[in-house]
Amino acid sequence: MLDYETLKLIWWVLVGALLLGFAIMDGHDMGVGTLLPFAGKNDVERRIMINTVGPHWDGNQVWFITAGGAIFAAWPLVYATAFSGFYWAMLAVLWALFFRPVGFDYRSKIENPTWRNTWDWGLFVGGFVPPLIFGVAFGNLLQGVPFHFDNDLRSFYTGTFWELLNPFALLTGLVSTAMITAHGANYLMIRTEGDVYRRVRSASLIFGSLTLVLFAAAGVWLSKGISGYVITSTIDPNALPNPLDKTVVTETGAWLKNYSLYPATMLVPAIGFLGGLLAIVAAKFNKPLTAFVGTSLSMLGIIGTAGVSMFPFVMPSSSDPRSSLTVWDSVSSHLTLGLMLGATIIFLPLIIIYTSWAYKKMSGKVTAEFINANDKSAY
Amino acid sequence: MISSELVDLSRLQFAVTALYHFLFVPLTLGMTFLLVIMEGAFLVTGQQIYKDMTRFWGKLFGINFALGVTTGLTMEFQFGTNWAYYSHYVGDIFGAPLAIEGLMAFFLESTFIGLFFFGWDRLTKGQHFMVTVLTAIGSNLSALWILIANGWMQDPVGAEFSYTTMRMELSNFWEVIFNPTAQAKFVHTVSAGYVTASIFVLGISSWYILKGRDIEFARRSFRVAAAFGFASAMSVIVLGDESGYTISESQQTKLAAMEAMWHTEPAPAAFNVIAIPNEKEQRNDFELQIPYVMGIIGTRTFSKEIPGIAEIKEKNRHRIESGMQAVTAMEALRRNKEDVAAKEQFEAHKSDLGFGLLLKQYTEDVSKATPEMIQKAVDSTVPRVAPMFWSFRIMVALGFMFAILLALSLYHTVKGTFLKQRWLLRWAVLMIPTPWIAAELGWFVAEYGRQPWTIYGVLPTHLSASSLSANSLYGSLTGFVLFYTGLLAIELYLMFKFARKGPGSLGTGRYYADQQAH
Repeated sequence: MLDYETLKLIWWVLVGALLLGFAIMDGHDMGVGTLLPFAGKNDVERRIMINTVGPHWDGNQVWFITAGGAIFAAWPLVYATAFSGFYWAMLAVLWALFFRPVGFDYRSKIENPTWRNTWDWGLFVGGFVPPLIFGVAFGNLLQGVPFHFDNDLRSFYTGTFWELLNPFALLTGLVSTAMITAHGANYLMIRTEGDVYRRVRSASLIFGSLTLVLFAAAGVWLSKGISGYVITSTIDPNALPNPLDKTVVTETGAWLKNYSLYPATMLVPAIGFLGGLLAIVAAKFNKPLTAFVGTSLSMLGIIGTAGVSMFPFVMPSSSDPRSSLTVWDSVSSHLTLGLMLGATIIFLPLIIIYTSWAYKKMSGKVTAEFINANDKSAY
Repeated sequence: MISSELVDLSRLQFAVTALYHFLFVPLTLGMTFLLVIMEGAFLVTGQQIYKDMTRFWGKLFGINFALGVTTGLTMEFQFGTNWAYYSHYVGDIFGAPLAIEGLMAFFLESTFIGLFFFGWDRLTKGQHFMVTVLTAIGSNLSALWILIANGWMQDPVGAEFSYTTMRMELSNFWEVIFNPTAQAKFVHTVSAGYVTASIFVLGISSWYILKGRDIEFARRSFRVAAAFGFASAMSVIVLGDESGYTISESQQTKLAAMEAMWHTEPAPAAFNVIAIPNEKEQRNDFELQIPYVMGIIGTRTFSKEIPGIAEIKEKNRHRIESGMQAVTAMEALRRNKEDVAAKEQFEAHKSDLGFGLLLKQYTEDVSKATPEMIQKAVDSTVPRVAPMFWSFRIMVALGFMFAILLALSLYHTVKGTFLKQRWLLRWAVLMIPTPWIAAELGWFVAEYGRQPWTIYGVLPTHLSASSLSANSLYGSLTGFVLFYTGLLAIELYLMFKFARKGPGSLGTGRYYADQQAH
């Protein structure tokens, strides 16, 4: 089996990969939900939009569930501390997500405009709220979160829900929302035509540009106004994980250190920008598939930037810095990490293969004729 | 110390969200296989009616499935939000099956269910059938992994405590996977799901027959449900859970509580058909017994004893006293890893560490626990008898009723006379809600029966909760109840609407509701 240090690093990459998978796959469903009430002007148009993701949203949502499960298995302290600390934020995500399964499945089962319109707004909430909150959560991780451990490693969150909604976190929340909306718009461009296509193309251009502007603004703010965290004691990456075994200080500009230490990592934010630019240009020239690849790359860059900036921190503590959680000391045992890596290596390629098959089988434009012909069976 | 109010509220919230979730799970487990059978018949015979059956029952299945997904989301995240210390303490073992469940089962089920609903015109007959099969496999595999996780909570094999990381760590994953408690639970739970789905289809089909509509459709559905249901009901009873109850200590404790066995009896023990348990005096005020039966069912022998509550408690008293040593040594080692004396003491008592932690409910300093505290802890190790006794009995009684209903249905199916047995059809309609009652009671017996532990013998429930405020819990619990109840009302409305409309809701023009519309 691989040594413990390597496994800890691999799991940092894998958690990032699962979050990225979630952003790319469930993200485009959520983008569709966010755009639904605005880009769909009548019932048929909205049904067109919904049915572009109809066969796929449930499979895509499993990226979210699996990312949660993987964090539980690989980073139990992060799972425990973040989810209980961000209690109301997590519940807001959950409750927003509740609208999606029922919204998709129940909306078109009854022909009543009020019924359908209500579910459309439910789908909007389910698409709009989770990316916003995830963005806000990342903004808070970058600033550090007020929590500490007692000697038994029980975590205590000492902040409030409202503190999470600070200006920098709201900015990162908007980055996330804009990014997901642009991504959803690009997906809709692949699968629609006519009026809906024209509207989502404008949305793609607007939210694509907005993403880049906000991402740049967050970068500047991060380098000038947010202090990062540094481990000051020596770390043995192979040691048994115990977050209380280290000392940590805050330092302005610490979140930029990795980029000067390992200049190759500058590629990560660069991909964020270049992918975004590619998406905008492709949308402009009506190449939706390329635009979709562009926003996917852009999300890789943007999520990656947050990860690389904080590395090795995952969840720094602002009130008790030594309690901060890092890739070295918030992980599962050597055996569990190895085992879970094995499971991932077996199943992730299979998932990608059969998901691709499902998309291939259901590909093509969803049209008004299709909706009318399948009035009883389509969403 | 964590307030007991917070712990109780956290437990209540978990129970509410799990019981709601479990309203939708059994039907999913069973319906997917019924759909496989129906679509298999379509594949083999090519008759349109079997495709219509797959699509119509699939529609009802979909209405149920949507809420299963909704309420299932909560379950994946609630360990973190509300049981943070639990998540830290056992995440190394418990997280793995959950993550594998996602990778192996949820992806499979959720990806192919989309194709099941929307792929009819895009896939060949064979491909579509394969999609339905994979959906069924996916949903049943997810039950397997979650029950491996739950089986580990009942019977924590293959793991060891580490005082450096202050948690349980995995030592042997195969033991966790092939945990006999988990395997017994899996077979019992999925079979119960198959029975639920069978009675659902049987009951609704009976209603169509009683109404004299869509007879061909209902007749075939009835037959499929009767055959599949009877086989499943036999499996629930024969491979029933009872045999699993002597495997481990936690299950023995449950068995003693749900059989109201206050004392160990000479083997083979008698079975209490009815009893009036008296918790205060630790005896039954009234008993109606069948001699020998309990011992034979429980141990599959004439000679093995089944431990009674008093004897279990006595054993636990020793474990609690030994556990006090373990906790004291562990705390010394947390202060100084090199403390040789503490290490020795810890090694000698570490298997009772969890029992020592039971005292944390009464005192921070376990080494100073008073005899009263120890007595309280001893008494807490067996759940209250009456709720266990009656929940279990109602569940078993319902189980036998399912078996009789399905046996009679199958008998009249084979004889070809069921269309005329109106009493049987009426009974089948009335039985529709009862499998859900049995399933919820089964959950209660398994989970309440494990108290005071989240992980039997390892981690007490009162230490497992997140350090939240009670007010947060009042808020979130209210939110869940309102949200879920509203969604359930909508779900039931749609379910009744489409079940009443019947296969005519497909809009093919071939069925009763189609004719009514013209």
